[in-house]
Order: sequence, then C-alpha cells, then structure tokens
Amino acid sequence: MLPTDELKKISFTRSVRDGDLVIVYERHDIMKAVKVCEGSTLQNRFGVFKHSDWIGKPFGSKVLSNKGGFIYLLAPTPELWTLVLSHRTQILYIADISFVIMFLEVVPGCLILESGTGSGSLTTSLARAVAPTGHVYTFDFHEQRASSAREDFEKTGLTSLVSVGVRDIQGQGFPEEFVGLADSVFLDLPQPWLAIPSAERMLKQDGVLCSFSPCIEQVQRSAETLQSKFTDIRTFEVLLRTYEVKESKTDSSQVDGSSVGLPPCKRRLRSKDSDDMHDDSSTTVMVRPCSEARGHTGYLTFARLRCPS
Amino acid sequence: MVCGMRISWFLFSVDSLFWCLGRARRVYRRIGKTSPKYPCESFKMSSSILQSESPRNPRLTWEGCSVLLDINDGDRLVFARLSPASTLKIGNKSFSLKPLIGCPFGSLFQIENGGNGPHLARVMPSREEGINCQEMEEMKEEQVIKDELRDNRAIVDNNKAQSLSSEDIDAMRSQGATGDEIVEALIANSATFEKKTVFSQEKYRLRKQKKYAPRVLLRRPFTRSICEAYFKKYPARIGFLRLDALSLLLSFANVTANSDVLVVDLVGGLLTGAVAERLGGKGSVCNTYVGNNPNPMDIVRIFNFDDEICSRIMRSPLAELASSQVENSKPNGENKVGEQASHPVNMDESSLPSTDQSSDLNSESIVSPLTKVFKCAKAGDKAPPEVITTWKENGFTSLIIAAPQSDAWSLVKDLLPLVANSAPFAIYHQYLQPLATCMHKLQLEKMAISLQISEPWLREYQVLPSRTHPFMQMNAFGGYILSGIKIFNHQ
Repeated sequence: MLPTDELKKISFTRSVRDGDLVIVYERHDIMKAVKVCEGSTLQNRFGVFKHSDWIGKPFGSKVLSNKGGFIYLLAPTPELWTLVLSHRTQILYIADISFVIMFLEVVPGCLILESGTGSGSLTTSLARAVAPTGHVYTFDFHEQRASSAREDFEKTGLTSLVSVGVRDIQGQGFPEEFVGLADSVFLDLPQPWLAIPSAERMLKQDGVLCSFSPCIEQVQRSAETLQSKFTDIRTFEVLLRTYEVKESKTDSSQVDGSSVGLPPCKRRLRSKDSDDMHDDSSTTVMVRPCSEARGHTGYLTFARLRCPS
Repeated sequence: MVCGMRISWFLFSVDSLFWCLGRARRVYRRIGKTSPKYPCESFKMSSSILQSESPRNPRLTWEGCSVLLDINDGDRLVFARLSPASTLKIGNKSFSLKPLIGCPFGSLFQIENGGNGPHLARVMPSREEGINCQEMEEMKEEQVIKDELRDNRAIVDNNKAQSLSSEDIDAMRSQGATGDEIVEALIANSATFEKKTVFSQEKYRLRKQKKYAPRVLLRRPFTRSICEAYFKKYPARIGFLRLDALSLLLSFANVTANSDVLVVDLVGGLLTGAVAERLGGKGSVCNTYVGNNPNPMDIVRIFNFDDEICSRIMRSPLAELASSQVENSKPNGENKVGEQASHPVNMDESSLPSTDQSSDLNSESIVSPLTKVFKCAKAGDKAPPEVITTWKENGFTSLIIAAPQSDAWSLVKDLLPLVANSAPFAIYHQYLQPLATCMHKLQLEKMAISLQISEPWLREYQVLPSRTHPFMQMNAFGGYILSGIKIFNHQ
C-alpha cells in the first residue's frame, strides 16, 4: 500500500500485476479490495470480470466485464482501505483520523502505541505516518480481532510497520518494555481513564496522548485523570459536511420543480466552449450539502505529558 | 552523559528499520539501560556537538533551533530562534532567551529576580502542581459544596475592592518581589476575593498571574503548532487554512515517506512544510507556480528541518514541468527572482507593525540578530533537471492545491496530467463555487473519480467538573476541500 517499497509505488509505468491488492471501484460508495490472481474472476451486478484482463493495465484503468459493464482499478491507500475494510468494530473515519495524526505530531520515525486495534482503520493511517523507520504497536484484548487485524496488515503490506498484540490495556497497561519510548499514545477504550496512568509512563517527555470517546461522560472522567500529570488538555469534535454537485437546466421563464435534479446534460455541455458557458443561463452547476451526514463520531481529547523537573 | 544519549539515539534509528515484535523487545531493553533521564539543567550543548552530524535529541532545544513560545496559555504566540543574543520582550522589558537553550520542549519559564536582575528561569512543576494536585482537587471539591450558597449579589462593581494601588505594586517590584508574591498580595488585599465562588477565585488568580507573573512555554514547531499559531494571529497569510483542513489535505493526498508530492502552495509555505514533515527526508515535494515568480515559502523555515528534509523541498515553474522536453539550459535570471521571493525570513513574527498598540501582548517583539547565521539549509531550491525528468517519467504520486486566489479548474487541468494514474489529489479553497465547477468539469472530462467536496467542522470543548460545554467562541469556517482520484484516460 505504501511507496516504501519502490516496486509498489504508483507511476506512469506501473501497471497491475499478479498478486497486487487493488481497490475495485464501482461507485463512490461501492468499493471492494481484491487480490489480483491470474486465474480468478470477480463477479458483481455488472457481470464477470477476469483478473487476467486486468494484469498489465495501468492503475486507474477502466476494465470491462463479459456483459460490457465496467469498474475502475485503483491503487490502495489508507483512505480507500478505510472505506473497504470489514467492520469488526465501529471504526474511525478520515476527519478524525487526519486530525488525530496531526495533533499527535506523528512524523516518520515515531513510535506509537495504540489500543484497541479494532478494525485497524486508524492503525493503517498511523503506519503511513511513521513509515519508513517508525513503528506502531497496537493492542486489542480480543484475540480473534487481533488476528484478523494482523491478516489485514499482511494484505496491505504493513507488517514491517505494525505489530499487533493481544492485551487488555485497561487492566494490564501497556507492556513495560515501552516505558519512556512512545512518541504518542492513542486510546480508544470504554474506560480510558484506567489506561491513562500506564500511557503516561510510556510517553517520552512532552509526548502527546489522545483519547477517543463517543460519550461526554467518558471525556469528563478522562480529563479529570489527565489533570495530574498532563498539560494542554484539549477536547475537540471534528466532523465533515459533504456536498453534492449537479448541473441543471433551469429555464428562467418557467420555474418548476421538475427541472431541478435532472441528470447532467453532458453532450450539450461538451459541444460548447467553456467561455460562453457562463453566458448560457440555461445550464448551471449547483451545489448543496448532502442531506445525510455523520452527526457524531466521538470526542477527541488530547493532552501533553507535563515536563518533569 | 552526552555520549550515552547519542549512542542510544543511534540504536534507535538504525534498529527501528528492522523491528519485528520479538526483536524489538530486546532492543528496547538495551535502550532502557543506556537511555539517560535528561537532567537538562546540567546539560550543556557544546558547539562541537552543534557542528557534528550526529542525531540530536529533537526533544531538547539547541542553539540555533527554532521554537514557538507560548506566553500565558496561548494569549500570545511567538516564533523565535534560540541564540545567546536573542531576546523576548514581555511588558516593557526584554529578556534573554539564552536560558532556554538546552532545555526540554514543554518546559515552562517565568521571570525571576536574580543577581543580574530579572531573567527567565525554568519553573519546576513539582513545586506546585505535582505534590499538591490531589489535595487541591479535594479542597476544591469541598469548596464547590460551599459555593452552592454563594453568588454575586454582594459584589459591587465600584473599583474599590482592591486596596493595593499601582504605586504599591511598583514599590513591591522594586524591592524584588516575584510575580507570584505580587499575585498573592493582590489576593490578600482584595475585599471581594473571599466572596467569590471557587471558580471565579481561580479565574481571578489566573488573570493576575498572567499580568504579573507571565509564563512562557517552550513548544516544538510542528505543523500543528505552526498552523494553530498562524491561524490565530495571521490567518490571512495562510489562506485561512485551519488545522483540520490542512490535516485532511495531507490524508486525502496520501502523503507519506517516499512519495513525490506536487503542491501549489499560496499559503506562505505552510502546506509545503507540512508535506515535508510527513516525508521525513524521503521522497520529494515540488512547489510549482504559474509564471516567473516562485511562491514564497517563508514558513518552511520555522520548522526545525534538517538538511536532508530541506533538500527534498524543491520548486519548479509549471511551464517547465509541463513541457515535453527537459530544458538543460541555465535558468535565465529566474533564480534571482526566486531569491527575492524567498528572502531570509525574519522569525520575528511580532515585529510586524501591530495595529493594536495598546494591548501590549501583541505589539512586543523579539530581537534576534543571529537569525541569518542560523537559518536552516536552503529549502525550496530550484529542482535540478534530473529530478524533473524523474517526475515526468513517473508522475507525481499526489497533488495538493492550496491557492485561495486562483481558479481551481484552470490549475487542475494543467496539473493533473503531471500526476500518476490512480494518484489522489486534494484542492483547498475558501469558496465553494470554484470547486463545484472544477468537480463538474473533472467529471465531464472523465479525468477523475471518487470526487467529493467536503467541509470540515471543528469544535473545541471546555471540560471541567460540572461545567462541560462547547467553547462560547468558535471558528465557523474551515474552507472547502475537493478530493478525488485521477483515472487512466486513453486519450
């Protein structure tokens, strides 16, 4: 997934090879991760796609099925992975993930501790941020979940950057061997305050901790526990509002509801020069927020280990 | 001591390449034994260490290091470069920043009266917070119960509550009283302090502490702190690019070590710096520009980038990237233009004329005559022809545009052909319509898929016992981002 391996890096000359992980893109909300395998096929509502047809095609290509249906083959990224991974738990999405990585000051070479691993959505992005010399140690108390996550990291080629451990961090704390070595710690636990004393021992001086909690009561309690050894304690909520764009034919003389929402009139627009498009009042590109959105994911509480005397 | 630290850092960086869990355990133990506990008061950084190429502890400041000074919990933020001669103005006095050299980031400083007059000195947290914290909390809890009986009915705003005059305070100062002592005296002489609730007592103490015993917190200049500081002080200079929007740009564009990122940075170098930080010295970031004038990248110098990272930051005119042939000819006076555009940045953000002279906090300045001597290795040099050739052959691995004044589509249509197939891109804009038009065109031209316009929303909370709520003030606008993935087009 990451360009750490020069062979995996996307480029004009890099095409799909046998054994590659590709993201099959049907629609912006229908995607799937597929391992390319010479003799294999992919079957969906558009028909049957032969993997052998894919090999040698550039990434980003449109490929056809036996029935003439099409999909796109994309190179995997942590963002795409977040959209296709199997949800074993509630996962973190791009807005929270990006903000966490920025606020935890994660840069290449960092050592990060995480618990729980969950479905590995954040872990994948953390791995990207610490590559090529850093490492993410992630822990989950659920044996099966941990091993599924391990399999996923193998699939995405992140095993050199991520280690998954089975451990109850709330009960046992992080392993002693990490004392004073973590650049940042991320907690996504039901009772984060139980893990905070351990996290504090793991952090390097001035290191940053983040706790993700869906409920404000969890935040309240964590913040109280953080007070004694941490400083710069801040809680955020970050959300994304998405927009939909439509081109509509709006007749100024005859305004009626039915004209809004017409499918984009592509052929007409193509034939026109882009310059006189603005003069033509009959077609306009319109934009509005999507009506459905995630209203809440969780609160992100950050804190910096207070500098010892 | 110094030696031990250097060895452990060396181990850290080399071994980390080959870690697997089993092996890591052994390595960690080894580090654990040699790793010093950073007694920084006694830690002196000799100039020979400064010169040598050995990896330095990035969590301690060094001479010539760029720092962010947070004065009074974010009331004032100042970027500075540490040298024995640099100073920070607080109130109407200048204080040497020398005591900050060699200290851990995160250290807190206060003004102390010593033999050579008032100077900045490190605050040892154990004195107040460490030991008393628990007791304080318990005391507060008791107080809270009493508080339920208190309110502000007896407090009259007639300016008579404080019996200490400003002359009294000046007199205390001249007798060598510390800021903390003055704060205590003010509290003792306040007729209303006892009538206040414990929360407003706290607020009162904090207000007086900020005024009479200001605190300076030493911060590492990371994208996080730099973006926050600029957004607070000079948002227009970074195109109102809020931290959450910037972090999204980096994610959408899949920025990581070994990637080659094409950027259009009209946000002062913040974007270029943020990308370079994520590259960590592997791969490249190319800040391209239309016409002859490179975009200024002054903010890049605020980061503490080493030579390796700086060398990965390049610029190149769009015309050169887009031309089918690499020009080997010497740039004709174009270099000169570049030099002018990226003149040595004066780290002194606050020396710029401030409109608000009366609120002293913002009009103070730092004088650091050594800025030029210590400016970091040259970041943002013109990309050499061989690098341009590689970019052309392979394509960039992603594209980020943060050009608040430009039309998104006219940039994208020229830039997208330069990035590899399946490469993600992200475009930041303060206005929605240019992005909507751009998205529509990209769809029509079949240049990209997975297109989406998103608007980040960020809200900060006050979390206190029984008083948790969102902050009363928030920034309501973080801009818009158009993201997508370039597809392979047969034409």
